[in-house]
Amino acid sequence: MPDSTGALTDEQLASNFADIAPALTSDAALLEANKCLFCHDAPCTIACPTHIDVPAFIKKIATGNLRGSARVILDVNPFGHSCARACPVEVLCEGACVLNDRDEQPIKIALLQRHATDYVLEKKLKLFEPGKRTGKRVAIVGAGPAGLACARDLRRHGHDVTVFEAKTQPGGLNTYGIAEYKLKADVALAEVQDILDLGVELKTGVTVESIDRLLTQYDAVFVGVGLGTTKRLGIPGEDLRGVVDALTFIEHLKTHPYRETTVGRQVVVIGAGNTAIDAVTQAKRLGAAAATIVYRRGEADMPCYHYEYELAKRDGCGFRFNAAPQRIVPNGSGAVAGVEVRTASGSETIPCDMVIVAIGQGSRTELTWSKSHPKVFVGGDCANGGAEIVNAAAEGVAAAKKIDAMLGGKGR
Amino acid sequence: MAELRTNFAGIESPNPFWLASGPPTNTYGQVAKAFDQGWGGAVWKTIGEPIINVFSRYGSVDLGQTRMMGFNNIELISDRPIAENLKEIAEVKRNYPKHAVIASLMVESKREAWHEMVKQTEDTGADGIELNFGCPHGMSERGMGSAVGQVPDYTCQIVEWVKEVAMIPVIVKLTPNVTDITYIARAAVKGGADALSLINTINSIVGVDLSTFEPQPSVAGKSSHGGYCGPAVKPIALHLVSAVAADPSVKIPVSGIGGIASWRDAAEFIALGAGSLQVCTAVMHYGFRIVEDLIDGLANWMDERGHRTLADVRGRALPRVTKWEELDLNYHLLAHIDQDKCIKCELCWTACEDGAHQAIRRLERNNGGPVVEIIEEACVGCNLCAAVCPVQDCITMRKVPNDYAPVTWKEYAAGTGKLAPRSEHFHTATWSKSR
Repeated sequence: MPDSTGALTDEQLASNFADIAPALTSDAALLEANKCLFCHDAPCTIACPTHIDVPAFIKKIATGNLRGSARVILDVNPFGHSCARACPVEVLCEGACVLNDRDEQPIKIALLQRHATDYVLEKKLKLFEPGKRTGKRVAIVGAGPAGLACARDLRRHGHDVTVFEAKTQPGGLNTYGIAEYKLKADVALAEVQDILDLGVELKTGVTVESIDRLLTQYDAVFVGVGLGTTKRLGIPGEDLRGVVDALTFIEHLKTHPYRETTVGRQVVVIGAGNTAIDAVTQAKRLGAAAATIVYRRGEADMPCYHYEYELAKRDGCGFRFNAAPQRIVPNGSGAVAGVEVRTASGSETIPCDMVIVAIGQGSRTELTWSKSHPKVFVGGDCANGGAEIVNAAAEGVAAAKKIDAMLGGKGR
Repeated sequence: MAELRTNFAGIESPNPFWLASGPPTNTYGQVAKAFDQGWGGAVWKTIGEPIINVFSRYGSVDLGQTRMMGFNNIELISDRPIAENLKEIAEVKRNYPKHAVIASLMVESKREAWHEMVKQTEDTGADGIELNFGCPHGMSERGMGSAVGQVPDYTCQIVEWVKEVAMIPVIVKLTPNVTDITYIARAAVKGGADALSLINTINSIVGVDLSTFEPQPSVAGKSSHGGYCGPAVKPIALHLVSAVAADPSVKIPVSGIGGIASWRDAAEFIALGAGSLQVCTAVMHYGFRIVEDLIDGLANWMDERGHRTLADVRGRALPRVTKWEELDLNYHLLAHIDQDKCIKCELCWTACEDGAHQAIRRLERNNGGPVVEIIEEACVGCNLCAAVCPVQDCITMRKVPNDYAPVTWKEYAAGTGKLAPRSEHFHTATWSKSR
């Protein structure tokens, strides 16, 4: 497969993967913060799964109290940094902003949240401290947002926490799976470090094989292992050279210099969810001449957010709707040459030299746990079937409250 | 087309908009440029024995994104030689004969000093003299400015000295830093003043730098109280202008000063009795060009409302300024929320619940239905909800008719007149922490 990243200069690649929503200047943040009406019982706060007191943190930006502002955010959402960059705010807080009803643009809540949280990251301010030691020990399986959110609050309650992570780096999909132009791994890792600095013991490269065994050594176990690998298409040609699953493609991109990720000239992405959009836009941004979503159903059925669809269109990606993949067609040397699809008018082969499969992840099957065990708690993608960072954080925080209550704390 | 030509105590100008005495009227170049851009008159920066200024002179108060909502200064009067100022005044008057050119004066409180200053000024051909009895900082420590304007006898005395020699109209500029400005106004009238202008700036400390604890504006780490002005002071100025304009023993023209930044401000001052308008801070903020909309907006408003001349507007609001005891107690209002316009911010609920009379009920947020409604039996028609509502005309105050004749407190206290029934529901706020 020809590698299209060679077509772009380093500067072009850096520009293609620069922040899609750059940070606000201090002046712009003040201007925006002062536009907030300071609603009571604010719809933005209600819409946020972690219920960040949005008007309160924005008011603090307006008064120049950035430390206090960041604390309002991070107090209820340990992943306030990554949420500020990767949250689907269009359907959450910003979508709920009352200014929409005044036919105005909503307050730029995500960018304001980034403004406040960047401040504490840059100044390396420590906003939270571990609680008085209780001597209770909690094991957390999976160092993604759910597990680490739970870990952070358990440390604030004074419990000892050990986090087991199969990968070499913590952060879960924050580190490995968010589109590069939204959230870069160094920000995700800095955010994680803040949590670890509260005295969380982290064991990376460790695959937990038995929850039961952990239960013999710990007072409680939180399972936040996320989802499994990308589902298989179940059609011929799936193992040809040039077929890759979306998560593997994105993870490679996020853990290597841009030029080291191979991308085809003509890329087909199968699927139309948010991960499919991340794959097709990043393939295009890596230099693919054409990157096309192939989806078996219609435009209106696409599971991705509307604004993600718009982004892909702006990036110049193509869309083939009502085209059901039947088989991946090989060339003479065992590599991809096209995707054969069935359409309303019959069969057709879409030529390509790379196929990215993005039809969702399966659940984890290698690890099992009792859903009714009083000392086992679950959160994040493995519990909700796959959602946003903010959902994982909310569930991790909620689990920490329950675990603390069970261990004799106040459960706050 | 509305007629904006102004005759103020005999001083004529093409429109009522004058530059107030201050930094914008320091030089020939500034005043000539201002006249070319449309200003009707200018009160020259106060002339007297040249002073020496400090560096760092202005302090500013921002409100949200609004810069210079309030503004203060510790600058003194002109630091230019008297002769130079007078020469430039003469030059401006010669080149702009139809514009009002007024010299603001401040000298030590000696009869001969005032006589000499007034005579020199009249030689320039200036249209009038403004006596600066108002500056609250610096000069007042030397027995001038507000040190004069705060004492009725001093005010009267110096006006008398000036009037002994003055041939042109004499305007006395009053300080608001007094308990009752009408006493000073009457003293000026007694001394023979032809007109009054007000307000001068208000004593103020504009702020403190929280990293150094230096009051602002800082001069080598220290500051002094300065004169406050800008949009923030307009309501104070409107009150004082109306108090003086309505005083039956004043009856001389009043030039309105204090926070005028738009034609609306100007119209309000005129309606409360101002015969001309003086502007400084808004020009320091945005430049002379603002006069275009001051004139255009005022003329358009007058045309739309059918007011032909400024005299048709002047003082029109004055009869409506009364004592509290003359207000009608049987005039009842009720807040009304236009639910189609409501954007559900609940600011009215918060304000009424915590800051007023607990007369708004919150409903559960569901299906886009209303989230707030007025508790009519508790509403006292105070206007707070309408004031905080961010949507225009969403909350309006509606008159609740009743069959009772108007009754004032004065009448009610004297035993005449009957109060219309009022709700028993007032003052029933309950609160429990768990709610």
